[in-house]
Formats: sequence, C-alpha cells, structure tokens
Amino acid sequence: MPGKKKDEILHDHNHDGIDRRGFLKCMAWAGTGAYCVMSGGVLKSYSLSRLSEMNPAATKGELSFVQISDSHMGFNKPANPDVAGTLKAAVDKINALQTAPEFLLHTGDISHLSKPEEFDTVDQILKGASAKDVFFVPGEHDVLNDDGKQFQERYGKNAKGEGWYSFDKKGVHFIGLVNVLNLKAGGLGTLGHDQLEWMEDDVKHLKNSTPIVVFAHIPLWSVYPEWGWGTEDSAQALAYLKKFGSVTVLNGHIHQTMQKVEGNVTFHTAASTAFPQPQPGKADSPGPMKVPAEQLRSILGITDVSYVQGQHALAVVDSSLA
Amino acid sequence: MKRIIWVLGLAVMTVAALALIATKQQAVQASTQATQAATAEVKIDNFSFGPAALTVAVGTTVTWVNHDDIPHTVVSTEGAFKSKVLDTDEKFSFTFSKAGSYPYFCSIHPKMTGKVVVQ
Repeated sequence: MPGKKKDEILHDHNHDGIDRRGFLKCMAWAGTGAYCVMSGGVLKSYSLSRLSEMNPAATKGELSFVQISDSHMGFNKPANPDVAGTLKAAVDKINALQTAPEFLLHTGDISHLSKPEEFDTVDQILKGASAKDVFFVPGEHDVLNDDGKQFQERYGKNAKGEGWYSFDKKGVHFIGLVNVLNLKAGGLGTLGHDQLEWMEDDVKHLKNSTPIVVFAHIPLWSVYPEWGWGTEDSAQALAYLKKFGSVTVLNGHIHQTMQKVEGNVTFHTAASTAFPQPQPGKADSPGPMKVPAEQLRSILGITDVSYVQGQHALAVVDSSLA
Repeated sequence: MKRIIWVLGLAVMTVAALALIATKQQAVQASTQATQAATAEVKIDNFSFGPAALTVAVGTTVTWVNHDDIPHTVVSTEGAFKSKVLDTDEKFSFTFSKAGSYPYFCSIHPKMTGKVVVQ
C-alpha cells in the first residue's frame, strides 16, 4: 500500500482501552461512498473511487451481507418519483456483487406511509435478490397509526417485545433494535427500559471476542440532535457492549453515509435507496433533497459488509446505484 | 280599579323584563355561536409548526395543513387530540371547547413541537 493519502483515514486503536473517549470521525458524505476495513484495531477508510487500489483479498471473508435502508415505497414526490425503480437498481447491484451476500439487512423505512401495498411491493422486489433471507427493523414510517402492529405481524413473528431480536451467523452476533416507537415530545429515538433489559441479558453469555453487529433505524450516536438524528438512551445500550473487542453499529434514517469510530465501536449509516437528505444543518429541514435526475442514482446506494473470521474485521463498503 | 291597573302594569313590566332577558340570552347565544364558528390554521412546513404557539378563543376550530413532502402527525402531549398520519396537503382539525394550554408534537418527528393556548 502506498503512503498515506489525502482522503484515507488511518487510526491506530491497538493500545486503546475501551474506556478511551477519544474518537475518530470519518465521514463519507452522500455521493462519495467509502470502503472501510477494520483489522486488529486499525481502521482504514478509502473513498470508493479508489477501491481499485485495494487488495481484493481484503474484501473477502467468512461472511458477507448487504445493508439496504430507507426504501420509502409509496413516496412519489419530485425528489424521486420512482422509488420502486431505484430499489430494483439496488437489487441489481446486490446481484452483481462478486461474492453473493448471505443475507440482507433492511434498516427501516421500508414503506413511506405504512400501507400494506407498499410493504408488498418491497417484498416482491426483494424476492429478486440473490440473498433470500432479509432481516428488518422498523423505521418511523413503518409504524404509523398502529404502533407497529402490522410491521410485527409481517416481519417480527419471532421477535421479542415490540420487535427486537438477535441471531448468530458464522460466529457473529447480530442484534436488531427498535428505536422508533413511543417517541416523546421534543425527544429523539428511544429504545426503552424493556428493550435495554433484554439486550443486557442477550449479550451477557457471549464471549468478549464475539464480533457484534447492532442494527437499528435511527442512529445510535448523536449525529445531529437538532433534527432528531440520535437516540435518547443509546449510551446505555452501548455500555452493555463495552466488553466486546469489535462492535459495528449499522443505522439508516439520515439518507446519507456517515462513519465514526469511538473506542471499540464503529458507527455507520447507510444511504437510502429512495431519496437523499441534506447534510446536518445544511438546509432548513431534513426533508427530501432534490437533485438533478441524472445525479440521483449516484447518491442512493447499498452497503456491503464482510467479516473475516479470526481477524475480528468487518469491512464496510458503500456503493452507489449509478 | 286602581288595584287592577297596578296589577296589569306589573304584569306588563314583568313580561317586558322577561322579553328583555330572553333577547339578551339570544344575543349571548348568538355571540357564542360566532365564537364557535371561529377558525385558525397552523401550517406544517419544513419540519415545523407555524405558528408554533397559537392563541385562540374557546370554541375555535384549528386546522393543521401539511405542506411538506414527508408525512407528519399532530398529537396532543396530554392526550387531548391525535391525528392520523397526514401526507402532503392533508389536514387535521380539532375544536377547542375548553380554555387551557395544549402542547402538541409530531409523533414521527418528535423534535417538532407546538402549542395552542385557548382563552
């Protein structure tokens, strides 16, 4: 690998205790995309346009999966009048990956208005993906009017409480959280006491060396509280994960890719497959951002994640739909 | 004879007084009806309620209109009212029949808050 370049972020966490609060911010804004590899505590991040410089072996692992987010099926405003078309493009992108992912994670806002036909359309389109298993967590748009009952009937039959659950794949422990219910006036996303208690119990028996992937709709870190981009009680959830050497948090909601590393935790938000939203504070509101039609697909996307067993490494790659 | 005139006079005065009271009551009712017909609008735009604080008279019907490309709701913090989800250009109305302060928010985007003060 050549010497450090301008848009590459290199940070050594080897000697970091998990209590260390020093953190590295590595933001990959919409449209650029990022490729991240964390190995032995060292995080390297490359802009997607320079992915060709990478050793292809680094992207191969024991387990790979794809995160998609914020499909907003039913949205038909100028920011993207064809959200079904862009979701299909995301599926094409998934099917074109060199290594077929084992499964998909959808981090919420599947639908725009929680209508049954919107969920039906997404289910139908995702049936075309090479990966047949899809794990969902709800976004606030999926639980309108019924406190999430419909969502849970469709996607959460084996879930606990109001829809949270965990599962294991090839030694990696995945935790799907719900932070879009029972929101309080003036507040942010909320996990709530019952879910936190379940989570504490869920990870108690795991070895410290188990790689953890947590996925939820609203970011579990404070991206921009002024726009509600954060979760009130996420600190408590992360406290339960302090003993683990490798924790990856995957979120949606903000319709742009962003990354941050804090101690043992790598935070990552995915692009939307439907429409982009502005950078924090760079507009009057977080509403849909209108971009020229020819640019739209370059700022929508999917996230490909692979895990290399024995290295405790999760490589996160964002791809645009263009 | 004098006594009869006096009684008649008293009766006439009583009727007149009752009529006056009735008229006044009608006037009061009419004015209440006028208040009930009062309306006010809150615009939902750019993820905010405008005006965020609205003062109205008892009986006013307030209508919220969503001008955003994103759905919102109007939910009373204390449970006085709750709209269904409002897509673009959809409306929700509530008539405030009691004086008081009514804080509310969007249950989808809880950073959006507002208040109706009824006097």
